[in-house]
Amino acid sequence: MARKKPEGYLSAKDSRRISRYNRKVTNALEKQHKRKHVPESEYLTQMKDPNNTVEFDNLHSYFFTDVGTVKAVDGVTFEVPTGKTVGVVGESGCGKSVTSLSLMQLLQRPQGQIVEGEIRVNMGDKAYDIAKMPLEKMQEIRGNYISMIFQEPMTALNPVFRIGDQVDEVIKLHDKENLSKHEIRERTLKMLDMVGIANTEGVYRMYPHELSGGMRQRVMIAMALACSPRIIIADEPTTALDVTIQAQVLDLLRNLKDKINSSIMFITHDLGVIAEMADYVVVMYAGRIVEKGTVEEIFAHPCHPYTIGLMASKPVVGKQVDKLYAIPGKVPNPVNMPNYCYFKDRCEMCVEGCSGDYPHEVSVSPTHKVSCYRYYDGKVGESNG
Amino acid sequence: MRKYIVKRILISILILFFVAFIIYALMRCLPTSYIESMARQKSMQPGSKSFDEWMVQLKEMYNMDGGIIPGYFAWLGQVFRGDFGDSWFYTVPVLEKFSDTVWISFIMSAISLFFEVIIAIPLGIIAAKKQYSKTDYTISVIALAGISLPTFFFASLMKLVFSIKLGWFDLMGLVGRNYEQLSAWGKFLDKAHHLVLPIVTLTVISIGGLMRYTRTNMLEVLNADYIRTARAKGLSERKVVYHHAFRNTLIPLVTIIGGSLPGLFSGAMITETLYSIPGIGYTSYQAMVGGDIPFSMFYLTFLAVLTLLGNLISDILYAVVDPRVRIS
Repeated sequence: MARKKPEGYLSAKDSRRISRYNRKVTNALEKQHKRKHVPESEYLTQMKDPNNTVEFDNLHSYFFTDVGTVKAVDGVTFEVPTGKTVGVVGESGCGKSVTSLSLMQLLQRPQGQIVEGEIRVNMGDKAYDIAKMPLEKMQEIRGNYISMIFQEPMTALNPVFRIGDQVDEVIKLHDKENLSKHEIRERTLKMLDMVGIANTEGVYRMYPHELSGGMRQRVMIAMALACSPRIIIADEPTTALDVTIQAQVLDLLRNLKDKINSSIMFITHDLGVIAEMADYVVVMYAGRIVEKGTVEEIFAHPCHPYTIGLMASKPVVGKQVDKLYAIPGKVPNPVNMPNYCYFKDRCEMCVEGCSGDYPHEVSVSPTHKVSCYRYYDGKVGESNG
Repeated sequence: MRKYIVKRILISILILFFVAFIIYALMRCLPTSYIESMARQKSMQPGSKSFDEWMVQLKEMYNMDGGIIPGYFAWLGQVFRGDFGDSWFYTVPVLEKFSDTVWISFIMSAISLFFEVIIAIPLGIIAAKKQYSKTDYTISVIALAGISLPTFFFASLMKLVFSIKLGWFDLMGLVGRNYEQLSAWGKFLDKAHHLVLPIVTLTVISIGGLMRYTRTNMLEVLNADYIRTARAKGLSERKVVYHHAFRNTLIPLVTIIGGSLPGLFSGAMITETLYSIPGIGYTSYQAMVGGDIPFSMFYLTFLAVLTLLGNLISDILYAVVDPRVRIS
C-alpha cells in the first residue's frame, strides 16, 4: 500500500479500493476461521524446543482499516520458555498488546487478523498452532491454558455481575472434575484469598464498582489464575495502579508464578518493572523485534540504538539531570512503513549500510539478538523475514 | 429504597399540580371554545336571546365565569371529591366515556408493544453482532423504512393490499356485519380479526426506533473491555453476547420501555381514525377539537400521571438491572 500523497489524504477512489481489498481479504480469513469440525491435524504442530511453552514464529498480525493495512505485528519471532517470565517492552502502539492478543485470538475481528506465521503452544504431549486454530477449540484453551490479565482493571470486569459469579464462571467453564456449586464457590474463595483479598466472603458478594482499582486488579488476577494456566499474559497489569499497589501486585504475580509453575508474558513500557520481573526481554519497535536477550544482557549491554535510547531516557537514582533524555522524532506512519530500518530516521548512530533493506537479526551472544547494521561486521545471523 | 420512592412520589405530586395547571390554562386559552360555539348556535335560533346574553348565561352554567386560576382550583376541588364532571362534547360522565374507549386502545397498544419488544430487540442484537454485514444492512434498511413511513401511508397500503386486493380483512371498523349473531367466542374472534391490521401497522412503525436503539447499545457494549474479558475466559460467543453483553444492554432498554407506559393508554389517533376504531386516541382528539374542557383535562392529567409513574418505574427498574445505581 504505497501511496505518495500527503499524510491523511485519501481520495474516494483510494478509499473504495482499500475497502474492497479489505473486504476480500477479511472475508476469506473469516470464512476459514469460522469453519466447524476442523480436523486436529490442521493445527497440530511441533515445538522447536520442547522446553518452550510458547513460540512465536514470524507472526504477522495486520489490521485492515479504512485508511489501509496497518502492520501492527510484522514478523515477530521469540519464545517463552517454561517457568520463565518474558518481558515485552516498547512504546505505545509498537505491537506489544497485539502480539499478546494474537496469542489469545482476541484481535478485534474482522479488521484484525493473523495473516502469516505460527504461534506454537506446548500442550504437554502435543503442540498447537494458535494461528490456525478454530474458534471452538480456542475457547477450550482460553482461560484454561492461557489466560490474560488486562490493563484496565476499572473496566475489565462486567459491572452487572457479582465478583463471585464472575470468578465462579471461569472455574465452572473449564471444570473437568464435575465440581458442585459449593465446591466451585470454595475454590473461588480460595483464589480470592490467594491474591491477598482479606474479606473474601464479602468481596464474593460485591459488585465491581464497590471495589478499588487495586482490588479489582486482584480479582482479575484471581480470575486469570483460577484454572492454573500454563501461560499468563499480563498486559500492563500495573499501569492503572499507584506505586505501592503496583509493588504488591508484582510480588503477588511472582509468587503465584512459582506456586503453579507457569510462564508469564509480561507486557509493559515500564523498564523498572521489567528489570524486576523478567528473565528475558524482548524490545519491540513499530511492530518488529529490534532486540531480545536475557534481562542482564539487555540492561547491561543494550545493543540496538532504540534500546540504548530507552535506557538513557529512564531516570536513574542518584544522578542529577535537568532534563531526561528523549529519543528524537516519532514512530513512522503504521500504514506506510519505510522499506529500510524503521528506526533509521530517529537513529543517532547510523552507519553506511542503514539505507539498505530492513536489517536482519544478528546474534551478539547465543541468547542476545539484535536487528541492526552496526553489528553486521562479518557475523551472519538468520534472516528475520 | 422505600425512602427514595416516597420522596419521588411526593415530588411527582407537586409536579402533577403544576402540569395540570398548565394544561388547564392552555385548554382555557384554546381558540375553539365549546361555550362560544354553543352560544352562537343558540343565538341563531329564531326569537332567541343575543349572543352576548347567551355567553353570560352559558358561562355561568358551565362554571367558566371566573378566571383561569379560580377555575383551576374549582376543577381541582371537584377532582378531590372524585368527580371529573361530565363531558361537554359527548354529554356523558367523563369517566364513563373514558372507560368505554380506553380498553380497546390499551389492548391494541399492549399487543403491539409486546410484538415490538420481541421483534426489535433480537433484530437489534443480530444486527450488532454482524455489524456491516448483509444481515445488518437488510435489518437496518427495513427498520429505517419502518421509522420513515408515515402511519397514514402505511395503513392505507395495508388496507389496499390485505383488504381490497386480497380480501383477507375488513376495510375498517372493530366488528363485522354479523357481529350480533355470533356466539361469545365468535364475537371475540371477530374483534381480534379486525384488530390484526391496526396492530400490525402500529408494530411495524414502532419497531425501527427500538431496533436501532438496541443495535447502538449492543455495539457499544460489545466493544467494552469486559466483553473481551469474557471472551478471554473462554466463554462461547453465545454466552458472551446473550449473557454478558445483553445484561448490560438491558440498562438503557429498560428506561425506554418504562417510558412507554403512558403510550399504552394514550391511544393511536391516526391509526384509530384510519381503521375507524373507537379508541381513546380518536375520542380525545374529537373532544379537544370541540373544546371539551372536562374530558381533555381528565385525559391529559391521566397521561401526566402515567408519565410520572413511568419515569418512576423506569428509575426503579434501572436500579434493578444496574447494580451501580442501587440506592441504599
